[in-house]
Amino acid sequence: MSRTLVRWLQAPSIIVLLLWMIVPLGMTIYFSTIRYNLLYPERTGFIGLSNYEFFWTDPAFLPALWNTLVLVGSVLAISTILGLAIAVLIHREFKGRGIVRVLLISPFFIMPTVNALLWKNMMMNPIYGIFAVVAGWFGLEPANMLANTPLLSIILIVSWQWTPFAILIFMTSLQSQDREQMEAAELDGASAWAKFVNLTLPHLARPISIVILIQTIFHLSIFAEIYVTTSGGPGFDSTNLSYLIYNQAFLANNPGVAAAGGVFAIILANIVAFFLVRIIGKSLMV
Amino acid sequence: MTDKQIADLKQRILVVAAWIIALLFFFPIFWMVLTSFKTELQAIADPPMLFFKPTLENYTLINERTEYTLFAYNSIVTSVGGTLLALLIAIPSAYAMAFAPTARTKDILLWMLSTKMLPAVGVLMPIYLIAQKFGLLDTKTVLVIIYALINLPIIMMILFTYFKEIPKEILEASRMDGASTYAEITQVVMPLAWGGIASTALLSVVLLWNEAFWSIVLTSADAGTLVALVASFSSPEGLFFAKLSAVSTLACAPIVVFGWACQKQLVQGLTFGAVK
Repeated sequence: MSRTLVRWLQAPSIIVLLLWMIVPLGMTIYFSTIRYNLLYPERTGFIGLSNYEFFWTDPAFLPALWNTLVLVGSVLAISTILGLAIAVLIHREFKGRGIVRVLLISPFFIMPTVNALLWKNMMMNPIYGIFAVVAGWFGLEPANMLANTPLLSIILIVSWQWTPFAILIFMTSLQSQDREQMEAAELDGASAWAKFVNLTLPHLARPISIVILIQTIFHLSIFAEIYVTTSGGPGFDSTNLSYLIYNQAFLANNPGVAAAGGVFAIILANIVAFFLVRIIGKSLMV
Repeated sequence: MTDKQIADLKQRILVVAAWIIALLFFFPIFWMVLTSFKTELQAIADPPMLFFKPTLENYTLINERTEYTLFAYNSIVTSVGGTLLALLIAIPSAYAMAFAPTARTKDILLWMLSTKMLPAVGVLMPIYLIAQKFGLLDTKTVLVIIYALINLPIIMMILFTYFKEIPKEILEASRMDGASTYAEITQVVMPLAWGGIASTALLSVVLLWNEAFWSIVLTSADAGTLVALVASFSSPEGLFFAKLSAVSTLACAPIVVFGWACQKQLVQGLTFGAVK
């Protein structure tokens, strides 16, 4: 291939992604520095950093930032650890293994809105929900989880969806693990735990990096699960950055402040991305 | 007990544990499908009913009251359309990067992946206003374009790794035989890369089918996808569990069955072809 041809082939993808990055980003930065409130369209003009000030002095800002990080961190920890354990558990020959596998990965294909509504109404509903019924069997008072522990409930809902994703990846890559090595370790009398730590974990280093990377990308901007269950409440207890910005733009009619929040979310994502690529980026690239 | 008996017992306990965990994970889905065949009264019965005379009334009602077929059609068009558009842009680029890499290729790829980190809310207002300006709000066109863009980085990465795995010798041999670049792509590379492209496409369709941010924000009656249809049931119909279950089952069934059928190819896509 000639150099020119190579350039022409690469150009479309680079140009569209550059546009996709620069145009909205530029506009977002511009909006974040002007007076822009849909309720008062006559007020315009450059206002410097006031929108930013408004955004981060908002009483919801710190809770939202904290909730975002807690949400990402908890779901990552739960899905990776549980996913590893379950993948190892079903990595053996037994009758009905195919069915077990299909049952385990199904939640990953359920759309986030259905997932959230399903849990909200049929699992966690304090009167009719399955949790309330089960609590009743043991003579316990049913808890209104989404009202009392909203963030925990959302972590549970999101983990239910993403643990299967981790299982799916880990179980597939376990199949390529060297059997002879495992058998040799067994003959040497290695315990199950020693085999897991010294042989299985290193083998799974790359799949684990992929699971963490992809999940972080998706969880930093969780939206639908909050939108249909708690609407960020009660108070700001389950508001994350995505939801807070959505709130400013569409419910508070204040796109200027929403744009400032957007810039903030982009900066946060870049900080996370920077560390992520440093930590696991090397094992990702071929 | 002998060692063998102990090992057998251990294996049996672990298998039972695996079944219990699998059933627990699947239970919410099972319960949703079951509830969709109940009447509203049966759906909130206490204690919950496991056995009952199934009814199709919820499904008939949803068919009458909402345009399920329209929403399903929108979901198919936008997820497949977005995937095809992204592939159209990505295949030539990934091909060029894999077979004629430069010093900057890796950096370009990592940069592309980093655009995926751009949170959707961060650029919500501009995209909304641009769509409004061009009269594209609530159209399938805007979703197809955005879907192609948000999946392009991941598709580029996966395709790049697949193309990388094609042995260079084959290409050199075909060049020695005087094959043009076009013939090289269509007759040598594509047949070899076909599996990789297919699994990339499958993954992309699943991700787009379930995409919930842009479809809720940018569409309403005309271009709404199944995701938006279900979201519209969150209230006040959310109180009608049986109908909600039926509409959810209808929205998820196609992609769940699709996912079961191609789980193997999906993993290859998800792990950038790295896990065999």
